[in-house]
Amino acid sequence: MSFVIEMRNIRKEFPGVVANDNITLQVEKGEIHALLGENGAGKSTLMNVLFGLYQPDKGEIYVKGKKVHISDPNVANELGIGMVHQHFMLIDKFTVAENIILGSEPTKYGQLNLKEAVKVVQQLSDRYNLDVNPMEKVENISVGMQQRVEILKTLYRGSDILIFDEPTAVLTPQEIKELMNIMKTLVQEGKSIILITHKLKEIMEVCHRCTVIRRGRSIDTVHISESTPDLLATMMVGRKVDIKVNDQAYDPKEVVLDIKGLTVSDSRKVSIVNGLDLTVHGQEIVGIAGVDGNGQTELVEAISGLRKIKEGTISLNGQDVTNKRTRKITEAGLGYIPEDRHKHGLVLDFSVRENIVLQTYYKNPYSKAGILNNKKITKKAKELIKEYDVRTPSELTLARSLSGGNQQKAIIAREIDRSPKMLIAAQPTRGLDVGAIEFIHGKLLEERNKGKAVLLVSYELDEILNLSDRIAVIYEGKIIDIVNPKETNENELGLLMAGQRKAVKEG
Amino acid sequence: MTKILKNVHWFNIIVPIIAVILGLLVGAIIMLLTGYNPILAYQSILESVFLQPYYTGETIRAIIPLILTGLAVAFAFRTGLFNIGVEGQLLVGWFAAVAVSLMFSGLPKLILLPLAIIVSALAGGLWGFIPGLLKARLKVHEVIITIMMNYIALYTTNYLIKHFLYAEGEKTPNIPEAASLASTFLSNLTQGSRLHWGIIVALLAALIVWFLLWRTTKGYELRAVGYNPHASRYAGMNVKNNIVLSMVISGALAGVAGSMEGLGTYQYMMINSTFIGIGFNGIAVALLGMNTSIGVIIGAALFAILQTGSITMQSTAGVPTEIVSIIIAVIIFFIGSSYIIRWCLLRVTKGGK
Repeated sequence: MSFVIEMRNIRKEFPGVVANDNITLQVEKGEIHALLGENGAGKSTLMNVLFGLYQPDKGEIYVKGKKVHISDPNVANELGIGMVHQHFMLIDKFTVAENIILGSEPTKYGQLNLKEAVKVVQQLSDRYNLDVNPMEKVENISVGMQQRVEILKTLYRGSDILIFDEPTAVLTPQEIKELMNIMKTLVQEGKSIILITHKLKEIMEVCHRCTVIRRGRSIDTVHISESTPDLLATMMVGRKVDIKVNDQAYDPKEVVLDIKGLTVSDSRKVSIVNGLDLTVHGQEIVGIAGVDGNGQTELVEAISGLRKIKEGTISLNGQDVTNKRTRKITEAGLGYIPEDRHKHGLVLDFSVRENIVLQTYYKNPYSKAGILNNKKITKKAKELIKEYDVRTPSELTLARSLSGGNQQKAIIAREIDRSPKMLIAAQPTRGLDVGAIEFIHGKLLEERNKGKAVLLVSYELDEILNLSDRIAVIYEGKIIDIVNPKETNENELGLLMAGQRKAVKEG
Repeated sequence: MTKILKNVHWFNIIVPIIAVILGLLVGAIIMLLTGYNPILAYQSILESVFLQPYYTGETIRAIIPLILTGLAVAFAFRTGLFNIGVEGQLLVGWFAAVAVSLMFSGLPKLILLPLAIIVSALAGGLWGFIPGLLKARLKVHEVIITIMMNYIALYTTNYLIKHFLYAEGEKTPNIPEAASLASTFLSNLTQGSRLHWGIIVALLAALIVWFLLWRTTKGYELRAVGYNPHASRYAGMNVKNNIVLSMVISGALAGVAGSMEGLGTYQYMMINSTFIGIGFNGIAVALLGMNTSIGVIIGAALFAILQTGSITMQSTAGVPTEIVSIIIAVIIFFIGSSYIIRWCLLRVTKGGK
């Protein structure tokens, strides 16, 4: 049998870790082949071996039936292997066409032939339905279109095997749909695609076959048509995964968070939260559903005292916290899992231990009279690492070197351990794999069942639907409707999120 | 070897050591090319500094202000700020210490000496406060302001000396004995060098800085703000105040460095036609010392040895003292480009595997 790509028995070892252990990957021509695995399972290492960034310790690679030695990315390019990186590598000030030709520019009498470039790019874009304007500057185009420019870059270089590295992490639901269609077009045109992801939904939708790897070993390769999301999740994690659902009776307690007529400006002084009202009770999860940029970030920042409130009031636990300092609000009983864990949630160059006390370092017993008590801090850190299953070599490891899921677990440990009456979780599972998501959802539900108030902000509708007791739909800085998750569905929510109030209700 | 290199801490120690070795090697090559004997040159440096008590004393004396300016730079670095104004803060501290000593010359030593040192810290702190405030409130970059503050310090102290505290020889009068750090004991011990008690002040400062940064909640806050001001703000810390405080402490350390020169080495302050360079060398010392207290002490020692030793190098081996400036510059270059050293090390260890 002939495969476009065949990686046989690949082994790659790093000091102390076997990242790939005897992995075999076979990709057929014209298929979308998923490479599924948890964070740190060895997906990226395997692809870097294929792309020539790493040399395998053992194993062989065949491209189109021929044994090859891929010593660096240039060789990979020549073999027709192209990588669409998760983080785009584009120059903002250049046009789309200029970005695409960079490195292999068409010339005429030794001069750059930009006309030719624009023509070729336009042709490629038309052929694959990419709808990209070659003359537009990259800084002016959306994230989704930037990704299509990355795809064009590989096509321009004649790649017929495309590797997509977590391509949907940065996209909106609409853009994800478009990308899926593009991938389908690409394979119809005879390209082959390797899709690296841990999102099961996407795999079910577009892929033909899926290779699952776990802790550096290939577990199995399955046909998607003969598989289910549950099965894939189980293979990926290595045990049965529970999808946590809020199935406790809805019995709200007293009001914990009360927002009245809140108006907040964004950094350009434009009102982005417009007279918003919202209450959250004890023993309740309120999910905020909305399209990115409708005031979610600003709302949360206003509650936590990070952004000035122009009008309106916020009370927390019966205390007026309008425009109070962040620390005061924290002490009034707010826990906050921020959306951007690297920028706002952690000091990456601090150890795990130091991050654990980021909110409490100034309090007894972690310090006394301004002197830190390192013994107590270490003890607390060790406790929480164990309790929240933060996988780290030790409490002294820098937060930077932890995987995303474990970083998030550390933040959640820190925020929940203080036992705040009110917990805000903004995008708590973004970019995380199934195992970590399961854990975090479990913790949020646990807090809710302990009688705490939870405000969940998320762009993942599944997450909102599964966890919330009530769903508040935010649109242009206002809550335009509050719906019961048991009586709604993604369609209705989608319409509401687009600003269509009182949509036709259906089952 | 690979294991050691995998460990970040070891890496941080190895890089400066290699930078120093490379600096000395480049210095040797230049000496060979220009017809000098590098072995004789380095030998003369080591012999004078370690075997001749006078030069040993002078070396330790030179270490004192370098530790303090190195700490000043390192402290600011730790909190995410580049205090390039250590030179100016040192000058105002120097002037303030001398001026206070002359104004209150009647006070007993137990009061006057600490007072002079504290005032020098306040003056340096004030010089750091201004750029800190501008940075925190108006987001003016501290590098630009501190460079300008250096010039203001240089010319203001010159003006003040000329018009209010002028004595023969383009300097201030000598400070009273009650404000002096000089010691006949230390001087006799080292055959008449200018070694003074300031070494205790400098070592104490290193200890205090270490304790402040790593053992107190304030230091925890300062480091957090330095690494990630956003997360610090989210955790309820006052980022602006911490920036100002960091610059004040950094400036105060530099100010004390100035008082060491005024109350210890010289016993007066001269009119400086240009910067004296101890503040700028502090930047190099901090870099070499990886912004740790112990590293700063070692870095300061290395610089002091090279500088003091260069004098005998010139008389014994005939090598011009400028060679030492080149060596220092090369060391700084290699630390600045530590990335290259890391890359080479990784290559070497990979190849060996």
